[in-house]
Amino acid sequence: MTTTSLTKSRGAGRAGDKVFSGAALAAGCLILAVLFGVALFLVVQAIPALVASPDKIQGGEGFFAYIWPIVIGTVIAAIIALVIATPVAIGVALFISHFAPRGLASGLGYVIDLLAAIPSVVYGAWGAAFLAKEISPAYDWLANNMGWLPIFQGPASATGKTILTAGIVLAVMVLPIITSLSREIFLQTPKLHEEAALALGATRWEMIKMAVLPFGRPGIVSAVMLGLGRALGETMAVALVLSSGALTASLIQSGNQTIAAEIALNFPEASGLKVSTLIAAGLVLFVITLGVNMIARWIISRHKEFSGAN
Amino acid sequence: MSKRIDVKDLNVYYGKFLAVEDVNINIEAKSVTAFIGPSGCGKSTFLRTLNRMHEVIPGARVEGEVLLDGDNLYGPGVDPVTVRSQIGMVFQRPNPFPTMSIRDNVLAGVKLNNQKISKGEADALVERSLQGANLWNEVKDRLAKPGSGLSGGQQQRLCIARAIAVEPQVILMDEPCSALDPISTLAIEDLINDLKDQYTVVIVTHNMQQAARVSDRTAFFNIAGTGKPGKLIEVGDTHTIFSNPTQKATEDYVSGRFG
Repeated sequence: MTTTSLTKSRGAGRAGDKVFSGAALAAGCLILAVLFGVALFLVVQAIPALVASPDKIQGGEGFFAYIWPIVIGTVIAAIIALVIATPVAIGVALFISHFAPRGLASGLGYVIDLLAAIPSVVYGAWGAAFLAKEISPAYDWLANNMGWLPIFQGPASATGKTILTAGIVLAVMVLPIITSLSREIFLQTPKLHEEAALALGATRWEMIKMAVLPFGRPGIVSAVMLGLGRALGETMAVALVLSSGALTASLIQSGNQTIAAEIALNFPEASGLKVSTLIAAGLVLFVITLGVNMIARWIISRHKEFSGAN
Repeated sequence: MSKRIDVKDLNVYYGKFLAVEDVNINIEAKSVTAFIGPSGCGKSTFLRTLNRMHEVIPGARVEGEVLLDGDNLYGPGVDPVTVRSQIGMVFQRPNPFPTMSIRDNVLAGVKLNNQKISKGEADALVERSLQGANLWNEVKDRLAKPGSGLSGGQQQRLCIARAIAVEPQVILMDEPCSALDPISTLAIEDLINDLKDQYTVVIVTHNMQQAARVSDRTAFFNIAGTGKPGKLIEVGDTHTIFSNPTQKATEDYVSGRFG
C-alpha cells in the first residue's frame, strides 16, 4: 500500500519540529512584547511632562527647552566617541585580521575583548581621576592656538572635566565593540576575493581596499551603530567624568550634559513631575536610538545589490 | 607581448614538507601548455609558484629558478606584486568582486597599475577586454550591474577579461572550467584558443579531453603516494603525450588505466 506509507509520518520527528517552531515563535514574540512594553511605559509615564504647563518644568520654559540642550550634548559626546574610535577600531581590526603574526593577533584580540568586559564605572573613575587631569594641559594648548574655532574656545577647564574628555572616555569604551565585530567580519572575507586582488598585482593594502573593506562595509556600519548605541546610552562614565552645565559650543570648557547622565544624576531625588520629565528624556533617547538604527539599516540596504550576499 | 617561462630545478615546500620536487620545464611563448595529473600531485601548487601566489599560504616557499624571458622571478629584490601584474591568474571558481560593477571589475587591475586613466580610455579598454573574453555582446547593456549577477560561465569570462585588461605576459588558469557546465566550458575553451595568439597560456585541468583539445604542449605530473612529493613525469607535444608517451605512468594515466 504505497499511499498509506506516504501519508504516514514519523510522529516523533514532527513533534520535535512543532516544539522548535513554537519555541522560536515564542522567543520572537517575547522580544517584541518587551520592546513594546518599554515603549508603552516610557510614553505613559512621560505624558504628564509633555502636557504640563511650561513653567512647571525644570528651567521654567517647557519640556522642549529643557530637553534640546541635553539632546545636543548627547549627540556631541557620541559623535566625538565615534570619530575617535571608528578609525582606530578598523585599523586595529585590520591589523589583527591581516597584518599581525598569528600569535600576536590572538593575544591582541584577547586583550581587546577584555576591554569590553571592564565595567563602565571603572572607565568613569579612570576618566575623572586620571585622564581629565592629564589632558587639561592639552586643552590649554588648544585654547591658546586653536581658540579661534568655536569648539576650542577658551578659557579651558582647569579640571579637564569637559565633554571632550567624556567623549574620549566613551571612545575607549566603544573601541572594543567596533574592533571585535570588524575583526570577525574582516576574517570572513572570502579567500577567493583576496586572491583575485593579489593575482591582479595588488599590494596588501590595495587588496584590503579592493576586497576586504567593500565586502565588510555593511558589517562595519552595523559595528559602528552598536558602538553608537553604547555611546548614546552610556551613563556612569559620563556622569563621573563630565562637570555638567548649560549647552556650550566649546568642547574644552565645562558644561553640556547628556540625557543618560542627566537621568542618573537627578532620578534618586526626583518626585512627581520631575520623574515624568526624566522619563520623557528617556523616551527621547529611545527615539534617537531607534532613528539611528533605521538610518543604519537604510545605508546597508542601499547597496544590497553589490553586497556580495548573492 | 608574451614571454616564455623556463623553470630550473624547482622544489616547492610547505614548511618542511616537500610538496613538489625538482621540476624542470620550458613553457613556450604564445602557446597553450596544459598540466594534467591525478588530484594532489602538485600541479596547482606548481602553477601558483609561477606568479608567486603560493606565498599567500603561510610557510610556502620554493627553491630553484623561474625565469620569465631570462629574468628570475625569485631573484633578490623582485617584488611579488610586480610579478603578479605581469603574470595574471584565473581561478577554479569564478571570483569577480561582488561589490563592483561589471565595468569596475574589468578595470580593477588597471586602476592598481597605472592609477589614472581617462574615461574614454577606460571605456575603450573595457570594451576591448570584454571583446577579448567573448563577453562583450552579452553584457554591453548592463556594465553598471554587479558582476555577481552573471551566470557562472559569464563570471569566469569576466575574470578572464579582468586578467587580460592589465595586458599581462602570461595567463595562468587553475582548472578554470571545473565549476562550469559543458556549454560554458566550450566558450572558455574557444577563448583559450584565441588568447594564445597574444598570450602565453598555462592551464591546469583534470579533464584530459580538455587538455587534448586546447593545448599545444602537455605536462604530466604524478605522485608516488600520500606524503610523497609530486613530480613532473613527462612533458611534450600534446599529440605525443596522448598517443605515444615515453613513460609507462603517462600512458596508464592518459588511457584511463590508472591506480
